[in-house]
Amino acid sequence: MSEKVLAPLAGNIWQVHVKAGDTVEEDDDLLIIEALKMENIIYAPCSGKVIEVKVQKGDQVDEDAVLVLIEPSDD
Amino acid sequence: MGFIHNMGLWSVTPGLLGMWLIGLTLIYLAIKKQYEPLLLLPIGFGILLANLPNAELMTEGQGLLWRFYHYGIEWEIIPPLIFLGLGALTDFGPLLSQPRLIFLGAGAQVGVYITFFVAYAMGFTLPEAASIGIIGGSDGPTTIYLASKLAPQLLGVVAVAAYSYMALVPIIQPPIMRLLTTEKERKIRMHKGRKITHNEKLLFPVVATVVIILLVPPSAPLMAMFMLGNLFRESKVVERLSDTAQNALLNIVTIFLGVSVGATMNADTFFRRDVIFIFVLGLLAFMCSTASGIILAKLMNLFTSNKINPLIGAAGVSAVPMSARVAQKMATAADKKNYIIMFAMGPNIAGVIGTLIAAGVFLAMLK
Repeated sequence: MSEKVLAPLAGNIWQVHVKAGDTVEEDDDLLIIEALKMENIIYAPCSGKVIEVKVQKGDQVDEDAVLVLIEPSDD
Repeated sequence: MGFIHNMGLWSVTPGLLGMWLIGLTLIYLAIKKQYEPLLLLPIGFGILLANLPNAELMTEGQGLLWRFYHYGIEWEIIPPLIFLGLGALTDFGPLLSQPRLIFLGAGAQVGVYITFFVAYAMGFTLPEAASIGIIGGSDGPTTIYLASKLAPQLLGVVAVAAYSYMALVPIIQPPIMRLLTTEKERKIRMHKGRKITHNEKLLFPVVATVVIILLVPPSAPLMAMFMLGNLFRESKVVERLSDTAQNALLNIVTIFLGVSVGATMNADTFFRRDVIFIFVLGLLAFMCSTASGIILAKLMNLFTSNKINPLIGAAGVSAVPMSARVAQKMATAADKKNYIIMFAMGPNIAGVIGTLIAAGVFLAMLK
């Protein structure tokens, strides 16, 4: 079961730091959402492998939009 | 010889040189430090222009800057137009999804009233004290509007004080926020409010206009334009009007607002002991408003299980969205996954309405 990383707030995707296939640790930076001219870093909720990145730089996202899917590692 | 005799050069006084220095300082701060450049740049240049001898730019009935000031501010045209643009820029969603946050916007007006009484006790007249206290709302156009009606002689000073403190939000607020909150409180993650429908967003500006103006009629010019701008935005059928109000028109009137306000400042009104008091009182107002918003949030937490991060109380001062950003920065420093900026926008927007109402109450009492 993959873990969905949801947007905690609406904004613009400012930077994307991961791509499908990457391995991430919990609390690694995944991407940055810009809202009200402020950069908000979105962190990995768990360690695992990135299955899919649903957004790209410049996208507008609403609150609770799915940003990234992560396959949690077993440990 | 007449040409040489009429040169302004012979009329330069130490007072005028002092005003040039103040104008140039504001221009420097705007360009080099990016302190509220949209306002402080034209204000600084306005000060410089109004204090050039023999140019008569502020001469009543004929000067160019006097005309800007007279028809723009004394005739109450510019501040309401600014509010039209601000309304078109404002999303009331964060406020509507958690209506309890409106109390924080109201609570942050405490600094306005405290300062009003302190200024009066210090010997300022009631209308002057109100014009100084309103600085605590940290809303530039409202401060200008109120001062122009109650104490025009203080207009330039209170406007510069208000915009200076707004530029200093990221410096003034954090120590107060740290002092009044615990690490645990700063880590509070807030729960999402309910989803807002389009109809609610449409109804809000209409209902708010009627209710607020019925209760506080003198707030009408600013409130009416603020809500009309918001109705443009939310109606989704007048994109052109909404776009013009929040971009072209807002930019145009901002130019005239800044230059006119700057032009009201001259050596006679500026180099007085009172001016130092006004800056100190303005700072007091701003600090009290920040503190009262935080304290009110903490009080509300005593009665609810759905806790409020008290940092967003500081955003009840209506410096939009700077104080919401400051709240987010403080929250992230305590817990890097804590996203409160959108919640902070609730009190932030409520603060704009709160300051408007406070100004309306002053006008009702004192005009």
